Amino acid sequence: MNTQDRRQQYMRLLSLAPAEELEHFLAGLQLPPWKLLRGPESGLVMVRGRINAEGALFNVGEALVTRCVVTLPGDTCGCGYVLGENPRHAELAALCDALWQKEAYAPMFDTELKPRLEKMLQEREEQAGKEAAPTKVDFFTLVRGEDK
Amino acid sequence: MYVAVKGGEKAIDAAHAQLRRERRGPLDVPELSLAQISFQLKLAVDRVMAEASLYCPPLAALAVKQACGDLQEAVFLLRAYRTTLPRFGSSQPVDTSSMRVSRRISATWKDLPGGQILGPTFDYTHRLLDRSLSRTEGAPDTSAPLTEEKLNVKNLPRAMSALNAEGLLEPAADTSSCREVADLTRRPLELPADGPEDRPVRLQTLARADEGFLLGMAYSTQRGFGAVHPFTGELRRGFVELVITPEELDFPIVAGELEMTECDTVSRYTGSAMPPCLTRGYGLVFGNNERKAISMSIVDRALRAKELKEPVTGPAQNPEFVLLHGDNVDASGFVQHIKLPHYVDFQAELSLIRSLREAGKKAADASPSRGERS
Repeated sequence: MNTQDRRQQYMRLLSLAPAEELEHFLAGLQLPPWKLLRGPESGLVMVRGRINAEGALFNVGEALVTRCVVTLPGDTCGCGYVLGENPRHAELAALCDALWQKEAYAPMFDTELKPRLEKMLQEREEQAGKEAAPTKVDFFTLVRGEDK
Repeated sequence: MYVAVKGGEKAIDAAHAQLRRERRGPLDVPELSLAQISFQLKLAVDRVMAEASLYCPPLAALAVKQACGDLQEAVFLLRAYRTTLPRFGSSQPVDTSSMRVSRRISATWKDLPGGQILGPTFDYTHRLLDRSLSRTEGAPDTSAPLTEEKLNVKNLPRAMSALNAEGLLEPAADTSSCREVADLTRRPLELPADGPEDRPVRLQTLARADEGFLLGMAYSTQRGFGAVHPFTGELRRGFVELVITPEELDFPIVAGELEMTECDTVSRYTGSAMPPCLTRGYGLVFGNNERKAISMSIVDRALRAKELKEPVTGPAQNPEFVLLHGDNVDASGFVQHIKLPHYVDFQAELSLIRSLREAGKKAADASPSRGERS
């Protein structure tokens, strides 16, 4: 997997994870000093849809997101985008992104943080599957007299 | 012409203070928290987000609280807040096919691949008041059933693809020549907006339109003011990922998950624009908002009258009528402004009526024979 695919994959995890989880993980680490290059600041992203999920694009409405860019000594930049008004989450996501690019941190992030976040997402999906299962319905159509 | 008034500051301040007291209500009743509104009045929050055209559940809950539950006022508050924020960009189209669904049904296919998942719904309830909810303590058990069975709730096949395979659906529109995606918030709507190339901007307008207005429009076509008698091909609700390419990076990333409701309707077409087939309407809205998603897809289909060479017999088929009157911030502002002071305008009305009467009286006096003839 190339660097960009890898980064895309973990940035997804960082955005979808609860902020407390990142806070908790980073609290146990010796962190280099980081500087805020941008934000954290809130803004809008226009959410697009596709007509019938396959046709032309259209604008559905905007979503509020918070973004943050941090820099580590040595000029490694990390970027975080999260849904909602969550400055702390955006900053932690950006910091994790920056650290994940550092050789000194990457192996630990790969072996400790990544599986933990992946497990949370998997559990969320499994929970949805468990909630849905009993509501799966099998309707049947009634046979009417004239069909006999 | 409207002539402004001045003054009244003290009374206005006092009125707003009274509003704050009324919002809080009796002090021996616990105050509502935003979390209570977000989780226990979720459908109100979702409606406010959809009509404000801004996805942010905590701020929508705040708006509901501030507006004392007046949802249109809450929509106005959230719309106004949105204007203070910069735009970071646009997302990639949300991939509703890979949605993690909490509900997914089809009214056209009984044996839908992937299954009919009712999820939490008011459908099939008896609409009897549940007196047990009037207690806040010792409420009924709401824990999830213990089950080991798991359904796959992601990447469910789309109900419409079977019809598509048989060639019974209208051909998909050619989107290769599509210009930039029209955006109402950047450029006002240009009428007549009745061509197939205007469908995206119509859908944006419908997605933020008042739910009640859309419902009435959709209902009117079903009752005969228009010709849309659709089936719900598929209705799904759940979470989709928001994917953006930020300006700091040159690749797309996931920024979070949005809850959305999507509705795909089909209706019989026997007109002259193409061979007999099933035509489609589309609804996609923020949050859990089924009534609106269904209404949107019916109205979307009705507004394609010109493209499909259908006779225009109802208001729901008229883009100018529908698109210019469905926004409840616009509508409420214009309708309600008439309660603000119009003293000078009204004086002008009075003097006009008085002078017309005076002129009429003079004319009658000048021709006394008129009265005798009648």
